Amino acid sequence: MSQPDLLKQPFELGFTYTRSTGPVVGRFLTGLRNREIIGNRASDGRVIVPPMEYDPVTADALDEFVPVSDEGVIVSWAWVSEPREAHPMEKPFAWAMIRLKGADVPMIHCVAAPEESAVSTGARVKARWVDEPRGYITDIACFELMGDAS
Amino acid sequence: MREICVVAYSQSDCKSNAGMANEVELIMPQLQAVYKQVGITSAQDVDFVCSGSCDYLQGAAFAFVAGVDALGAVPPIKESHVEMDAAWALYESVLKIRMGQADSALIYGFAKSSPGELPIVLSQQLDPYYLATQWVDTISLAAMQARLMLEQGLITEGDMAAVVADSRRKALQNPQAQLSGETSTEALLNEPHYVSPLRRSDCCPVSDGAAAMIICTVDKAKEWGVPYARITGIDHRIETHNLGMRDLTDSVSTRQAAARAGVADGPVDVAEVYAPFSHQQIILQRALDLGDDTDINPSGGVLAGNLMMASGVSRIGEVFRRIVAGEAGRGVAHATSGPCLQHNMVTVLEGA
Repeated sequence: MSQPDLLKQPFELGFTYTRSTGPVVGRFLTGLRNREIIGNRASDGRVIVPPMEYDPVTADALDEFVPVSDEGVIVSWAWVSEPREAHPMEKPFAWAMIRLKGADVPMIHCVAAPEESAVSTGARVKARWVDEPRGYITDIACFELMGDAS
Repeated sequence: MREICVVAYSQSDCKSNAGMANEVELIMPQLQAVYKQVGITSAQDVDFVCSGSCDYLQGAAFAFVAGVDALGAVPPIKESHVEMDAAWALYESVLKIRMGQADSALIYGFAKSSPGELPIVLSQQLDPYYLATQWVDTISLAAMQARLMLEQGLITEGDMAAVVADSRRKALQNPQAQLSGETSTEALLNEPHYVSPLRRSDCCPVSDGAAAMIICTVDKAKEWGVPYARITGIDHRIETHNLGMRDLTDSVSTRQAAARAGVADGPVDVAEVYAPFSHQQIILQRALDLGDDTDINPSGGVLAGNLMMASGVSRIGEVFRRIVAGEAGRGVAHATSGPCLQHNMVTVLEGA
């Protein structure tokens, strides 16, 4: 008696679809791939980075894009003395609200620093890019303190 | 409009680790307690049931459905769920009763937060492209908010420690509290920073547990023959998910909700506010315009024990308890959701 044929099919557990990030978030993420940071203008004229699809007050669709610098200043920060496993850095670091040059609204990212006393509100920082940007917010590996040199 | 009131409330102990007890086992004693308070025997005896929980805390899609096991849903009941604190399950129930589709409702909220790493789990409720991808934890976000206040001279670290000392002292009277005791501002300030500028004591603990409540029309409360506290105002408002666009030193949405709920229309004898971090209690006191005449967080608040998805409805329950006990005539309860007080609900309760 011959062996019955077994029906076989490969199966991969995962999402079977891809998702478009749309014309606003997508534009920002595409910019990151080219080491560019792009914001957009809110109804009241403020430049928001990363850009928002709709104005939080007027609900207008926002479509005026504005390139901004990858340098900025710290508006507020938190010192993480014991980084968590999921955090982007293994050594102590700061989370910060950073207002980039050319933007009005601060963005949140991490700041590398040797110790807490090196970080302060108003300190100037510059993005450090990963070697191969892929279109993620994490293409900015972190921000680094620029010191006194301008 | 139909007058609606709270008639029953029960909350579990806030435990740092509920051990082997599953969610249903955390919920059931609270349901039994509120059934007993109004003299009913099961969820069949109310017209509507609504719960609040968060599947991310259990780590499984539709995990909230398991909670329904606590109700015994056969024969079928009218049931709903919000992926929010149960304070918003109460809000949905209020609408249901106002529309005349129910005269009574059972509300419950529950969470076992201890098995996961809560501040990291909560990072996944943030903007999926800009923040969740970075795993920004909720404590760090609150720390940045506190620093803005400190550096603008709106509060001092001493003010924050005073909130904690007050919470711990008041919690001595609350047998369900997780953290309580006599301490001083000085002793707290001597503790090292945790996520600077926050100390561990500035952050609420991680707690497991559940809470339940029954609300109904005033007519139904009289039929049941139980004491009640009327809900005379309720409103909730939300701010943008973009933290950089908010004034983090104020709670604009709390002010809006308080105005709509009519907080200022009478004296506030007691207030329970949902402030997971010490500096946020100060923001909320100012946004609600609470003065020295108001007993704020007599339970100790959530700095003494924070039942995720239930702490909001518990604030309402704590005010209800004090009104029916005759300790207060009119009170305000606040619930929050999201990072840095993004979404806020304000409820005004008054005696019969």
